[in-house]
Amino acid sequence: MLSVLAASTPLLLAATGELVTERAGVLNLGVEGMMIVGAACGFGGAWLSGSIIIGALCGIVAGILMSLIFALMTLGLAVNQVATGLALTILGIGLSGLIGARFVGEKITPAPHLHIPGLSDIPLVGRILFGEDGFVYLSLALIVAVWYVLYRTRPGLILRACGDNHVSAHALGYPVLRIRMYAVMFGGACAGLAGAYLPLAYTPFFIPGMTAGRGWIALALVVFASWRPGRLVAGAYLFGAVTILQLHAQGAGLGVPSQLMSALPYLATVIVLVLISRARSGGSTAPAALGTVFVPDR
Amino acid sequence: MSDLSPAALNPGAVPLLRTVGLTKRYGSFLANDKVDIDIWPQQIHALLGENGAGKSTLVKTIYGLIQPSEGKMHWQGQPMVLSGPSEARAHGIGMVFQHFSLFDNLTVAENVALGLDGAESFKDVSARLEQVSRTYGLPLDPKREVWQLSVGERQRIEIVRALMQDPKFLILDEPTAVLTPQEADQLFIVLERLKEEGRAILYISHKLEEVKRLCDTATILRGGKKVATCNPKAETAASLARMMVGGEIKKVKAAASRQIGVPRLVVNDLSLLPDDPHGVRLEHISFELRGGEILGIAGVAGNGQDELFAALSGERLSKDPLTVVIDGQSAGHLSITQRRKLGAAFVPEERLGHGTAPRMRLSENALLTGHAASNMVQHGFVNTAATLKTVDRATETFDVRKAKRDPEAASLSGGNLQKFIVGREILRQPGVLVVNQPTWGVDAGAAAVIRQALLDLAARGAAVLVTSQDLDELAEITDRIAVMFHGHLSVPLPTAEASREKLGLLMGGSSIEPTTEAPHAARA
Repeated sequence: MLSVLAASTPLLLAATGELVTERAGVLNLGVEGMMIVGAACGFGGAWLSGSIIIGALCGIVAGILMSLIFALMTLGLAVNQVATGLALTILGIGLSGLIGARFVGEKITPAPHLHIPGLSDIPLVGRILFGEDGFVYLSLALIVAVWYVLYRTRPGLILRACGDNHVSAHALGYPVLRIRMYAVMFGGACAGLAGAYLPLAYTPFFIPGMTAGRGWIALALVVFASWRPGRLVAGAYLFGAVTILQLHAQGAGLGVPSQLMSALPYLATVIVLVLISRARSGGSTAPAALGTVFVPDR
Repeated sequence: MSDLSPAALNPGAVPLLRTVGLTKRYGSFLANDKVDIDIWPQQIHALLGENGAGKSTLVKTIYGLIQPSEGKMHWQGQPMVLSGPSEARAHGIGMVFQHFSLFDNLTVAENVALGLDGAESFKDVSARLEQVSRTYGLPLDPKREVWQLSVGERQRIEIVRALMQDPKFLILDEPTAVLTPQEADQLFIVLERLKEEGRAILYISHKLEEVKRLCDTATILRGGKKVATCNPKAETAASLARMMVGGEIKKVKAAASRQIGVPRLVVNDLSLLPDDPHGVRLEHISFELRGGEILGIAGVAGNGQDELFAALSGERLSKDPLTVVIDGQSAGHLSITQRRKLGAAFVPEERLGHGTAPRMRLSENALLTGHAASNMVQHGFVNTAATLKTVDRATETFDVRKAKRDPEAASLSGGNLQKFIVGREILRQPGVLVVNQPTWGVDAGAAAVIRQALLDLAARGAAVLVTSQDLDELAEITDRIAVMFHGHLSVPLPTAEASREKLGLLMGGSSIEPTTEAPHAARA
């Protein structure tokens, strides 16, 4: 149960960022690439400085820098978003190997777990609610903040408007490309942090390719959640649980092929997509302008 | 012509807005060339011109969406430079866009809030929205999402949104293009009221009769230049059109004698469920169209015209083959290609994406509909020479203006692309032509060419079905007119008997009984 929270946190962080990006109308398929670079830089920062927080900040900055490459291509030069996102992932995997090469085999002290005397000692729920590492609580606070901003504030309304119809948003005088750039950067920061979480808290060392497809699961998660923050939390913990279940199933020698278990998040996403489109009464669940290139006339 | 302009009546007065030598250059192309225009309070000012005359560029400049290359604007006598629409709104300039600037998946209140500058809380916006919409008789439910609303309601959102800024100057870009005559009348009442409140209005429209009725001043643009400012009430529709085009528009002429022949397109009790949740269900549609005849279908957009087009063209099949009969052959179950082989041709409403593939060349687009019944495909190979020849013939016959011999469809202007599409189909010498909105958003010159082509085709014995929201167009070229409402098709009336009033009632859903009901009964 404890490891479910830890396994879910990188998914939730990365998916939170991607949700905001997609709500602004940009499809960034480079989450996996931004995460893995975040992991390498995050570990490097922590190992060199000896500070988990500096490591996390390095991961965030690395994610933002990666996302800026994406923003430059898709927003500045109006390149196809799908192709750019895929390229970003490939770039990220290579880059992280390069950056992380000298850290392979090194170890750090992982992020400490919270301990509140009394509360953390309550049987069962105590350690779950009050005994996790700080990133777990940060990720939950972040998604609540994202929900609040998207649905209760004017900047959030403007961001959703850009994702729904960029032509109208432009006609009303909103700087569509700048808003989208901020959204992409936020997505990059979240993905970088999600990546850094892995070597800083989940396993205290760096190995190449350690994100192991979590970026793709985060992407599927956004669709699974039909672009709603509340469902995103539920989905992240569900997918996290499946990941852990898969390990336990293997350990217990159950006859379920592990490949099938790894495929479960994607299968669930496909099923949810089908359900959404069947139940849909109208309008669109996805941001209507998602993945489309916008070039303002001047 | 006496000069009734406020400047002449009151020499010391300062206009609300004055543009001086406003010029917008795109490369070597002059979209606006030294345009001077004065806007006075309490006046409805028409802005006229063909497509591409520079009307949109001018109003976008005034609204701050684009920056002029040269020239100045003065607001109440003071120089005004706008870096964006929010500054224009801050001065008191409001705009209602032709292609609505709405967000389908947001609520009415959210849409309105996005058009304001954010000083008010969302709750206050909702409350004021209800108040403004009640004051002006433009009812709206703030909580509904836009995709659920009709076109008329969507326009109300745009207007209410503009009014909530309490503008001194309101710009409306072709507001009546999508309205029924009755809805348009309602809009005119609102506009008259705004004028009496002392606001200035700039009104863009292609409908000259409407401009004559409503507007106090008219400025006419041609090729980016201002060619005249006049009092539209003192002009005729023909004289205004002459100024817009810079010459006579060829009058559309019906052939002196047209032979009405045998039925070529028969629709028998066609009912069809829509395939998307917002579609309209077709209900027991029956009509008979003879060779040499043009039947018009009027109606407000979204009443089943698109669904009927899909059923006739074979984009949607019906189970009963007898529902659609083309030249005596049951075709209800046949695909588009099979129907084309029977001699039918189809021109959908949307030019880019439905009528043509935007990124493909004209010759390839010719092939897309012409492959069925021509020499364009031989032994499974495309005969490029034949496809190019079709492009050349369409270009020559229908005066399609383009930069190259065979450009991409998307590079043509709307009017020229429409001429190409209509030409492509007519060159196939169809026995039955079904055309949806043949001249939508097309300038007067191109529209005349297209209408003449339809008349000539009918004169050669083809049956032509024209769906249009432009009643003047239907009156000009059709023999009979039927009206679509909520998926039902009325009994066709001979065009001579189909008055605007009768059609308007049918378009609003009333049946025309021989009672003397007042026309406002049409509005629920």
